[in-house]
Amino acid sequence: MEFAELIKTAKVENVQLSCPGLPPIKGTLCITSHHLLLSSQPGGHGEQGTVELWLLIRNVDAVEKSVQNLGWYQTSRTNSSHQETRIASSLGTITLKCKDLKVLQLEIPGMEECLNIASSTEALSSVDSVMMMYPFFYRPQSMKLKDGWQLYPLQHYYQQIASETSAWRLSCVNGDFTICSSYPLAVIVPATVDDNVLKKAARFRQGGRFPVLSYYHKKNGTVMLRSSQPLIGPNRKRCQEDELLLSAVLDGGERGFIIDTRSAQAAKQARVMGGGTEPKSSYPRWKRLHRPLERGRPLQESFIKLVEACNDTSLSMDRWLSKLESSKWLAHVKGALSTACLAAQCMEREEACILVHGAEGTDTTLLVTALAQVILDPDCRTLTGFQGLLEREWIEAGHPFHFRCAHSAYSHARLKQEAPIFLLFLDCVWQLGHQFPFSLQFNEHLLLVLFEHTYASCYGTFLCNSEKERCLCEVKEKTHSLWSWLNQPSELKKHLNPLYTYNALVIWPSVEPQSLQLWQGLFLRWIRSSQYLDEAWAEIQRLVTNCEDAPEESAGRTLCHSQPDAAYPLTITGTANEG
Amino acid sequence: MHRSTPVEQVKLIDRFSTSNKSLMGTLYLTATHLLFIDSSQKETWILHHHIAAVEKLALTTSGCPLVIQCKNFRVVHFIVPRERDCHDIYNSLLQLSKPASYDELYAFSYNPKQNESKRLQGWQLIDLAEEYKRMGVPNSNWQLSDANRDYEICDSYPRELYVPRTASKPVIVGSSKFRSKGRFPVLSYYHRDKEAAICRCSQPLSGFSARCLEDENMLHAISIANPAHHYMYVMDTRPKLNAMANRAAGKGYENEDNYANIRFQFVGIENIHVMRSSLQKLLEVSGTKALSVNSFLSGLENSGWLRHIKAVLDAAIFLAKAVAVENATVLVHCSDGWDRTSQVCSLGSLLLDAHYRTIRGFMVLIEKDWISFGHKFSDRCGQLDGDPKEISPVFTQFLEGVWHLTEQFPQAFEYNEAFLLQIHEHVHSCQFGNFLGNCQKEREELKLKEKTYSFWPFLLDEQKKYLNPLYNQDFSQKLVLLEPNTASFNFKFWRNMYHQFDRTMHPRQSVFNLIMTMSEQNKQLEKDFKELEAVSIVK
Repeated sequence: MEFAELIKTAKVENVQLSCPGLPPIKGTLCITSHHLLLSSQPGGHGEQGTVELWLLIRNVDAVEKSVQNLGWYQTSRTNSSHQETRIASSLGTITLKCKDLKVLQLEIPGMEECLNIASSTEALSSVDSVMMMYPFFYRPQSMKLKDGWQLYPLQHYYQQIASETSAWRLSCVNGDFTICSSYPLAVIVPATVDDNVLKKAARFRQGGRFPVLSYYHKKNGTVMLRSSQPLIGPNRKRCQEDELLLSAVLDGGERGFIIDTRSAQAAKQARVMGGGTEPKSSYPRWKRLHRPLERGRPLQESFIKLVEACNDTSLSMDRWLSKLESSKWLAHVKGALSTACLAAQCMEREEACILVHGAEGTDTTLLVTALAQVILDPDCRTLTGFQGLLEREWIEAGHPFHFRCAHSAYSHARLKQEAPIFLLFLDCVWQLGHQFPFSLQFNEHLLLVLFEHTYASCYGTFLCNSEKERCLCEVKEKTHSLWSWLNQPSELKKHLNPLYTYNALVIWPSVEPQSLQLWQGLFLRWIRSSQYLDEAWAEIQRLVTNCEDAPEESAGRTLCHSQPDAAYPLTITGTANEG
Repeated sequence: MHRSTPVEQVKLIDRFSTSNKSLMGTLYLTATHLLFIDSSQKETWILHHHIAAVEKLALTTSGCPLVIQCKNFRVVHFIVPRERDCHDIYNSLLQLSKPASYDELYAFSYNPKQNESKRLQGWQLIDLAEEYKRMGVPNSNWQLSDANRDYEICDSYPRELYVPRTASKPVIVGSSKFRSKGRFPVLSYYHRDKEAAICRCSQPLSGFSARCLEDENMLHAISIANPAHHYMYVMDTRPKLNAMANRAAGKGYENEDNYANIRFQFVGIENIHVMRSSLQKLLEVSGTKALSVNSFLSGLENSGWLRHIKAVLDAAIFLAKAVAVENATVLVHCSDGWDRTSQVCSLGSLLLDAHYRTIRGFMVLIEKDWISFGHKFSDRCGQLDGDPKEISPVFTQFLEGVWHLTEQFPQAFEYNEAFLLQIHEHVHSCQFGNFLGNCQKEREELKLKEKTYSFWPFLLDEQKKYLNPLYNQDFSQKLVLLEPNTASFNFKFWRNMYHQFDRTMHPRQSVFNLIMTMSEQNKQLEKDFKELEAVSIVK
C-alpha cells in the first residue's frame, strides 16, 4: 500500500480551523502520510506563516462531515436565498474528533476538497498495519534509536529481589514465546520450581499465562503473583504442576489469597467455556476473594458515555449528575482502587502472598497488580520507577494495547476489542496523586502524555499487543522509545511534581464516593478553559522552587495555536523539528 | 457539671469505619459544651448551640446509641452503657441545645478575658459608613437617608440607608408601604466606574393590579441615578410560579407596564423550605455508610443541592454582568428580600469588586448584605427554640457559592477555605454577638455591643490561618469582573464542609498547608537576604 494513493488532495488554501474556546484561524491545510498540518497565512500580522496544527492522523478517532453544509441540495429548496450563497462559496465543514478527546473543526472551501480531505483522513487514520504506523517513520535528529529501550530490563528488577532473597529465579522458559505468546522472554518464578513444571502449568492456564511474580514486597518478603484463569473446565480438571507452582510460593504453614477480578458466579460460569477458578479442594492453602471489575465492552461504553456527558456543556445539573452516574466511570474507579487496596492490605497487613487473576490475565489483573504497587511501593512513585512499572506490568506483561486502544470515545467504528483499562489505571493513579499530592514524583501532565501516547504516538513504546509481536515487527530496532524522549532533561522538568517528597509509607487512599473526583484535567481538558488553574499551578511551582527562573508554561490547553514544539495541546510531542 | 455526668465507659463510633472502630471514654456535660475524653486523653468538644438534633436509637447489646447531629455537619455516634444515663443525657441535650431566650446564648457568658476598651474597639472594626464611602457614596446621585433613623418605616433594615437624591421622603415612605415588610428599594452596592448600582428590596404588594405611584417614582429615581442608562433591571430571584402565587396574597412582582424603562427578569431560586429539605436529603446521602458511587451521585442529584447552588451563582453572574457589561443598575428582590436577595447581592458584589475578595472586604460584605440588611440569622440558624420551618441553609449556600468561586479562581481570593469554614462555624456557635438576632434593631435591644464580643477581631487575629498563599493582588486588579464557568460539571460536592470532621475522607496531604509554610519560609528568607544585603552595603 502506498500512502500517496490514499491522499486525494494534498493541499487546500484558506482553511479555517476552530477549536472550542479559542479564536478560529485561517491557513493552508496539508495532508501527509501521517499528519494534518495547518499553517497560518503569512502577512496577516506581518509575520511569517506559522504551523498552527500538527496533528498525527492516527490521533483522529472520527471524521464527521457537516450534513448541513453538504446537504445543500435538499435544503436549498426550503431556504433558497440563504443556501444559494453556500453553493456559490461551497464550503464544507469537517469535524475531527481525536483520540485524546479534543474536537477540531475545519472549514474547507470547495466541496470536493472537503470530501477528499475527509476520506483521506479517514483512510489514513484507520491503517491497521503496525509497520505502517508513524513510529516507524519518525526520525528525530536528537535521539538515537536504541536509547530508551533498554532502560527497564526485567533483569534489573530481578536483581533487586535477588539481593533480598534467593527464593526466586529468572526463567527463560518462554525464550521463544512458545509457552506463552503474551509473556515476555523472561519471567520471575519460585527458585524451587523448574522449567518443566512451568511448561506443564502453562498448559493449565488460559493463553499459557502461568503464575509469575509481579511484585516483591521488601518490607515483609511477601509477593504478588499474577496469571490467567486455570483451565478447570466442566470436568473439574486439576494440574499437579500448577498446584505445585503455587504451593512453592508459600512457606510452611503460610496461607495465601487469590484475588479473582470476576464475581464468584462469573468465575464458576467460566468453567463451561473451559476456564474457571482455583477450587478450595485442590488449592487448600489459598483463600479466594472475588472482586468483580468491569472490563471489555462495558468499560469502553462507560468511557464513551462519560465523554459524551462532558462534551455537552448545556446539560442541566440534574442531567449532568444523572449522566455522570449512568456512565458508571467513577464506580469503576472506585472498584479498581478498592481491589488494589485489598491486594495491598493482604500483603501489608495480613503479611500474606497473593495471586491476582481474572480471565485472560491481561486487563483487570494488570490494573490491580500495577495499582497495588503504586500504593505499596514508594519506588513505583518516582518518575523512573513508574516508567519501570509500566514497562513491567503493562507492556511486557502483555496488555494488548493495539487492540484496546485502537479507538477512543468518539469512534463510529464497530467496537471490537477496545477498552480503556489503561486509562482507568491512569485515572486511579491521578486519584492517588490527588489524595497524596506530595507522594508522586510525577504530575498530572505525565499521566496526560501517557494517555495520549497509548492511543496515538510517534514512539513505539505502546505499539502491538505483546513482546512477541514487538519482536516480529522489530519495534525496538526501528522505532524510538517514549522513555528516551520523556527522560530528556527538558521534557522531564515538565513532568515532575514540584511538591514531591519521598514517602516511604503505604499510601492508603479513601475510596468513599465523596473522596473520588472526576479527572477534570483529562475529561474536561478541551471543554473548559483551565487558564486560572494553570496559572495557580505555575505559582505553586514558583513558590516551591523559589528560584529566579520564570514559571513554566502551563500544561493545559493554552498556546494551542502557536509554536508547535512548545505547544502541548494540538501537536503531538515535539515533532516540529523533524526532518 | 450537669447532674447526669460524667458518664464513663462511653463508646464513640467512627461513622464511616466499616470495622465499627470505636473509642472508649468519658462523657461530660458542661453548661456550654458536651465533652468527650477518650482513653488517650483526646478531647472532643461540642458546643450545645451546634447541636441540630439528638436521637436516641433502640437499645443494643452493647448499650444505648445516641446520635448527635451538629450544625457544622459533625455527626457523633455514642454508645452509652446504661439506658438511664443515655436518657438523661438525651433530655439534657434537648434542653441545652434549644435555649428559650437570647440571654441563655453562649455569647452572653463567653469571656475571652479581654479588657473593655479592646472589646469595644472590636465592635468598631467594621464600619459600614466607611464602606459606602469606599464605594463612592454619598455623591451627586446618592445620599444617606434619615427616613429609617429610628426604624420608623422598616424595622428589619438598618438605620442608615442610601437612596437616590431624587427620591423624596414621601416617595420613600409611600414606596415602603407598597413593599412587603416595608423593605423599600435601597442601595446595596455602588459601582464607581460604571456609576451603576445594585439595589435591593422586598416584593411589591401589587396583587393582581394594585399600583403605587411612589413606588414607581422610587424605581424611576433609582433608574435616573445612573446617568448613562435609560433602563434598569428588576431581578425577581424567585421562580415565576412562586411569584405569581404571591399575587393571590396581595403581593407579587412588578408589572413592566407600570414602571418606566424597567426590564423584568425572573431567575428561579427556590425558597427556604425547598433549600432546607434539599440539605436534609444531601446529608442523608452523604451520611450513608458504605455508599456506592452510583447511589452517591443519584442521591446528590435527587437532593437538588448543587442545582440550587448553580441557580444562586447564575443569578449573581447575571447581576454582575448587567452592571459591568451593560452599565445597568439592577434592583434585586425575592419575597421579603432577606434570603435570596442577600445571596444574589453579595455574590454579585463579590464578582464585581476585588475588595470583597480580601479578608477584611469579605467581613464587610457579610456585615453589609447579611447582618445589616436583616438576614434572619437567628431564625435561619435555629438559635432559639422556635419554628423549625424557619431554619434554612441560606447563608451556607452563600459560602458554598464563594467556595466554588475560589476553586475556579485560585489566585483571586485573599482568604482560603478554612476561613469560610470558620465563619460557618461561628454563624452557628452563638459565641459572638454578630450573628445573634434577626435584625439590627433586635441586636440593639439585646445590647450586644455592650454585653458580647464581636467575631471579626478574633477572626482577624487568626488571619494567618486563613490566608490563601496563592493570592495575587495584581490578578484581582487585572481581572475586575470574575466570570465563572457555570456549566454543570464545575459544581462539586463540598467535602470539606459536609465531611469536615470525617478525617478518613480527606486527602492525606494538604497542598495548601505546605505552600503556606513554604511561602512563609520564603518570605523569611527574602527578609534575611535583604538584611544581609543591607549589612554588606554598610560594610
